[in-house]
Amino acid sequence: MLIGIPREIYQGERRVAASPDSVKQFIKLGFTVAVESNAGQEANFSDEVYQEAGAEILPDAKSLCATADILLKVRAPMANPATKSHEADLLREGMTLISFIWPAQNKELMDKLAARKVTVLAMDSVPRISRAQKLDALSSMANIAGYRAVIEAAHHFGRFFTGQITAAGKVPPAKVFVIGAGVAGLAAIGAANGLGAVVRAFDTRPEVADQVKSMGAEYVAVEYEEEGSGVGGYAKVMSEGYQKAQAEMTAKQCQEVDIIVTTALIPGRPAPKLITADMVKSMKPGSVIVDLAAEMGGNCELTVPGEVAVRHDVTIIGYTDLPSRLARQSSQLYATNLVRLMEELCRTKDGVINVNMEDEVIRGATVIKEGDVTWPPPAPKLSAAPPQAAKPASQATPAAKSGGHGHGAGEPADNASVIRTGVGLAIVFALIGWGSPPAFLGHFTVFILACFVGYMVIWNVTPALHTPLMSVTNAISSIIVIGALIQIASPGKMVTILAWLAILLTAVNMLGGFWVTQRMLRMFQKN
Amino acid sequence: MNAGLTTVAYIGATILFILSLGGLSNPETARRGNLFGIIGMTIAVLVTLAGPRLTGGGNMAMVIIAMAIGGSVGVFAAVRVKMTQMPELVALMHSLVGMAAVLVGFANYFDPTSTLTGAEKTIHEVEIYIGILIGAVTFSGSVIAFGKLAGKISGAPLTLPGRHQFNFGLLIVTVILGKWFINAHGVSEGLQPLIYMTILALIFGVHMVMAIGGADMPVVVSMLNSYSGWAAAATGFMLSNDLLIVVGALVGSSGAILSYIMCRAMNRKFLAVIGGGFGTGGGAPAASSAAQPAGEVVAVSAQETAEMLRESKNVIIIPGYGMAVAQAQHTVYEITKFLRAKGINVRFAIHPVAGRMPGHMNVLLAEAKVPYDIVMEMDEINEDFPSTDVAMIIGANDIVNPSAEDDPNSPIAGMPVLEVWKATTSIVMKRSMASGYAGVDNPLFYKENNRMLFGDAKKMLDEVLNHLRSAA
Repeated sequence: MLIGIPREIYQGERRVAASPDSVKQFIKLGFTVAVESNAGQEANFSDEVYQEAGAEILPDAKSLCATADILLKVRAPMANPATKSHEADLLREGMTLISFIWPAQNKELMDKLAARKVTVLAMDSVPRISRAQKLDALSSMANIAGYRAVIEAAHHFGRFFTGQITAAGKVPPAKVFVIGAGVAGLAAIGAANGLGAVVRAFDTRPEVADQVKSMGAEYVAVEYEEEGSGVGGYAKVMSEGYQKAQAEMTAKQCQEVDIIVTTALIPGRPAPKLITADMVKSMKPGSVIVDLAAEMGGNCELTVPGEVAVRHDVTIIGYTDLPSRLARQSSQLYATNLVRLMEELCRTKDGVINVNMEDEVIRGATVIKEGDVTWPPPAPKLSAAPPQAAKPASQATPAAKSGGHGHGAGEPADNASVIRTGVGLAIVFALIGWGSPPAFLGHFTVFILACFVGYMVIWNVTPALHTPLMSVTNAISSIIVIGALIQIASPGKMVTILAWLAILLTAVNMLGGFWVTQRMLRMFQKN
Repeated sequence: MNAGLTTVAYIGATILFILSLGGLSNPETARRGNLFGIIGMTIAVLVTLAGPRLTGGGNMAMVIIAMAIGGSVGVFAAVRVKMTQMPELVALMHSLVGMAAVLVGFANYFDPTSTLTGAEKTIHEVEIYIGILIGAVTFSGSVIAFGKLAGKISGAPLTLPGRHQFNFGLLIVTVILGKWFINAHGVSEGLQPLIYMTILALIFGVHMVMAIGGADMPVVVSMLNSYSGWAAAATGFMLSNDLLIVVGALVGSSGAILSYIMCRAMNRKFLAVIGGGFGTGGGAPAASSAAQPAGEVVAVSAQETAEMLRESKNVIIIPGYGMAVAQAQHTVYEITKFLRAKGINVRFAIHPVAGRMPGHMNVLLAEAKVPYDIVMEMDEINEDFPSTDVAMIIGANDIVNPSAEDDPNSPIAGMPVLEVWKATTSIVMKRSMASGYAGVDNPLFYKENNRMLFGDAKKMLDEVLNHLRSAA
């Protein structure tokens, strides 16, 4: 099948849906590839490098759509102001389109595409499960946006990020506050940290605190009890009390920090307004806010989507095209995401795709199947529920042949079996006590107590030392030599010989065991 | 020396032995613990030698000769043994304890100075009988375990038809012989059933261990460890010696706990392991054939492996029995040192049943001078795999098999495993695509983020190390 890569027509869009590397990989999967002329120009991929990679170059989108079976794009199809036609109208029946679609926000486009009787896979609808991470374009784009946000902030910020002590005086480090620690937020933390700033971050989902710390930032907590994780690892809307506490915390941070990067988004809703005009006013002159949620209305009240605005001496960056501003990088990553998706679609590697609706990943991404709208997909499975494989395990292991208490290893014994065991032991003990002379019972007491002491002591042994434990217990069990020593003096040749042999054998064990244990333990050394 | 002093000295020795085991809770205190053990043993032996029963210079000379011969053999073995052969050595030593228990039991039976009568005599005879029984099973079982570990006997389980009935039959015969033995009058009459029973016990020990597969060896070794303790305890009862009873009980419970830990680490029931027959290629692997792993195996070269390692920040190495076989632990540490010098965080993840005896891998790594604080237990490190760039698996298979978690039909389902597939990339070093001891195919090999480095572990690691060094 022929894969077509058109030039993006959206104003200012510099990305392209294929890189020369991805073209090579498509060809390896058995596809042929055609690229519209100048498609990769803005991302520094010339027509020649595509040709070298094995792609055919076609002059315009029209000729591309006339032959291609699969169309790979970045932006959703849109009306072309230059030719007064809509990209969707170029699609032929039976074609497959793969791009960002945002079906929830683009109802009209969905109807239009469905009417063209095409199959559409939306890169924004790929389910968030671990198997699909490699084709999660939202994450790869968010990563770039987070990085670029910090670069933009650095550009507009009139100071160093890193603290310095120079001959001309001391420079304090910039303080950066990141709101929302998703992929973009974490990337921003990493970039700001790399530039030497002091970074703090906040997220409504408390479980990301460790990730924040791992990126080198300090986690700022809101003093309010509420769990903020929604389905699929995204955030959800929080309660009023929580929002109030959060606003207080944000207001406080605004007075302290120099740069704020906001990345707070809730799927399918306008971005929450976290930074009010008053908060902006309270910030130091020259501060910068980068609002990554600008496209969805912005996290800051004063954000102007798509533009840089200066309000109250604070620069507010509302660019909506941050990934596009790093066009080569984002094209490469997006193209790789598409390659991974094509691999899923074409497991046979014969250049023919199979939109397998049984596959959870493909099912989630497919928003239109041959003209039928299949969006939204059924609810995704829980994001972090580890499979409980312990139960079926007992069927797989060969059944224990004993008729007794076969409760499994590790499970706490239930009360009934504890009682049964207790009763059983009591009977055994009673029998022993009933028929035994007192001398034996004395030894028996010692024996039982020693078993318990052993039990307590051995559980404390670190697993790393289990081999030395075995060799030392081995050495110790040659205490049996005592028995032989006592008997060697007894009359009778036979007894003496047996005892002598026993001493010989245990001596091997005793000295050998202690020696080898010592040898092993000497090897264990700390860093 | 009077009896009171002897008893007090024995109490001291007992305390020292308990401290000795307690010291093993931490590598730093472990050496002192071993010293306690040595002191305890010395006290016990010296006090016994000075005790009332041992008189006459001739006996003393014999004891010293025996100790000198045995001791030098033991020390020789301890000095010469390679760390990879520790399981064999331990198994062999268990057999010595078992044999000694048998010998002491017989000697005690022949001892004409015994003056017990009535119930006490019966109990005493039962003690002798049980002591010899356990000793004989320990002896022959350990010898077979040694053979299996040393590769002198095939590691595959021997599954005779009706083996459970056979074992049960042996048990019944043993009980009957026991009755005969106790009712016997005089030493010569009782000797016959005692010898028969010893032979049966030896057969039972051989048969029991023969039926257990190579992968279950950690359980077997710990179980025999336990038995050798119980044998000592039984001897203690026989001789009315509390020191022997206590030490035997300590060792016995130690081995029992180890067996339990090993069984839990394999999610197997103790009786099922002892029942034997795991990994026979019988019913178990067939069950998993429904879920044949699909996908492609991607092989890499030593050079690519070196590059991946160099470009990572977090590396976890998972050693298995293959590393022990190839004697690759020193090269592994050379690589570790090199990477750590580059600021890469290298750690080791040890599965409880990696290798052929509990803690086997730790000893090997310690031998190669890997500091023990970067050697982690499975529970400590399992959750770190998602943040790991490269997980390098050296000669391990079943302990990194994802079907233990994913596939309820798998024979190893529910066994806790190291979740290496959560790392960004996992590299499996293996000689071929053969399955592990459990006979289960490993879907890990087919995972997208897994790479295979085929070849002898030592040879390949040497190459990896060369590439690392030449690129530096």
